[in-house]
Amino acid sequence: MATVAPGNRLKRERFVVMHSSFGSSVENPVIEQETRAAEEIDLPWQVVVHNDPVNLMSYVTMVFQKVFGLPREKAEKHMLEVHQLGRSILWSGMRERAELYVQQLHGYLLLATIERAN
Amino acid sequence: MEIHRQENCIELSELDPFLAELLRQIPESTETEGAEGAHQRLFSSPAPASEREICAEWKLYVEPELRRLFQSATETVTSDLRQLNGSTKPFANCTLRIPTDNAESWLNALNQARLVIASKYNFTDAELCDHYRSPIGSRRDLGLFQVNFYGFLQEFILQELHL
Repeated sequence: MATVAPGNRLKRERFVVMHSSFGSSVENPVIEQETRAAEEIDLPWQVVVHNDPVNLMSYVTMVFQKVFGLPREKAEKHMLEVHQLGRSILWSGMRERAELYVQQLHGYLLLATIERAN
Repeated sequence: MEIHRQENCIELSELDPFLAELLRQIPESTETEGAEGAHQRLFSSPAPASEREICAEWKLYVEPELRRLFQSATETVTSDLRQLNGSTKPFANCTLRIPTDNAESWLNALNQARLVIASKYNFTDAELCDHYRSPIGSRRDLGLFQVNFYGFLQEFILQELHL
């Protein structure tokens, strides 16, 4: 996936096939140019949770289960990753959803950030 | 202190005056006024500093929501703690019942309190892992005891309610 600087617009060419009313032959195909905002084809964003020595491991596991609907084993795996490596990527995808997840995590007082995926 | 799960509540009985006082201090312990580090911890940055737009929008739209959420949790806990004011004998042990419906608010308020106290005293990782430190000889020691005691309560609530 290409890197797009914020604010730039990408141009995409689209072929529109003009069908004849009386047959299926293609006549004079028209090439339309279409622009899409960079945000629409945004790079994925990541929800990253960072280590915090105060939050309990059991509490962090519970939060991952609640916010992301993870099974206990997977939630514990991410919790241990946070604990041992300092951070764990919990989710990646569209920015709006990532922001919503981070908001929920902050509601539970976890240290979480939204970051652009490399 | 004894702690039991009842049908619709978690019961903390045989609370001696010292532990009862620590519980009473939960709401007060969540206050961040005059403690910038603690405030920054409760309202931490949602993105790296380079993402200025995200951070600015967050301050404007999300932080007030978070503030309301934290305040609501603290108010619920404050309300439940009124049970501790009923004792007529000043040094008698008392009982506190936490309705299971309020468990999430308790977890949240306890977490706020732990984070704020830990930030104010700047406890090290080693101190936070030392659950058997005694005796309490300073306000800082008391702070660490509070963090551990509130953590113990969180663990119990989580275990009992399978949250």
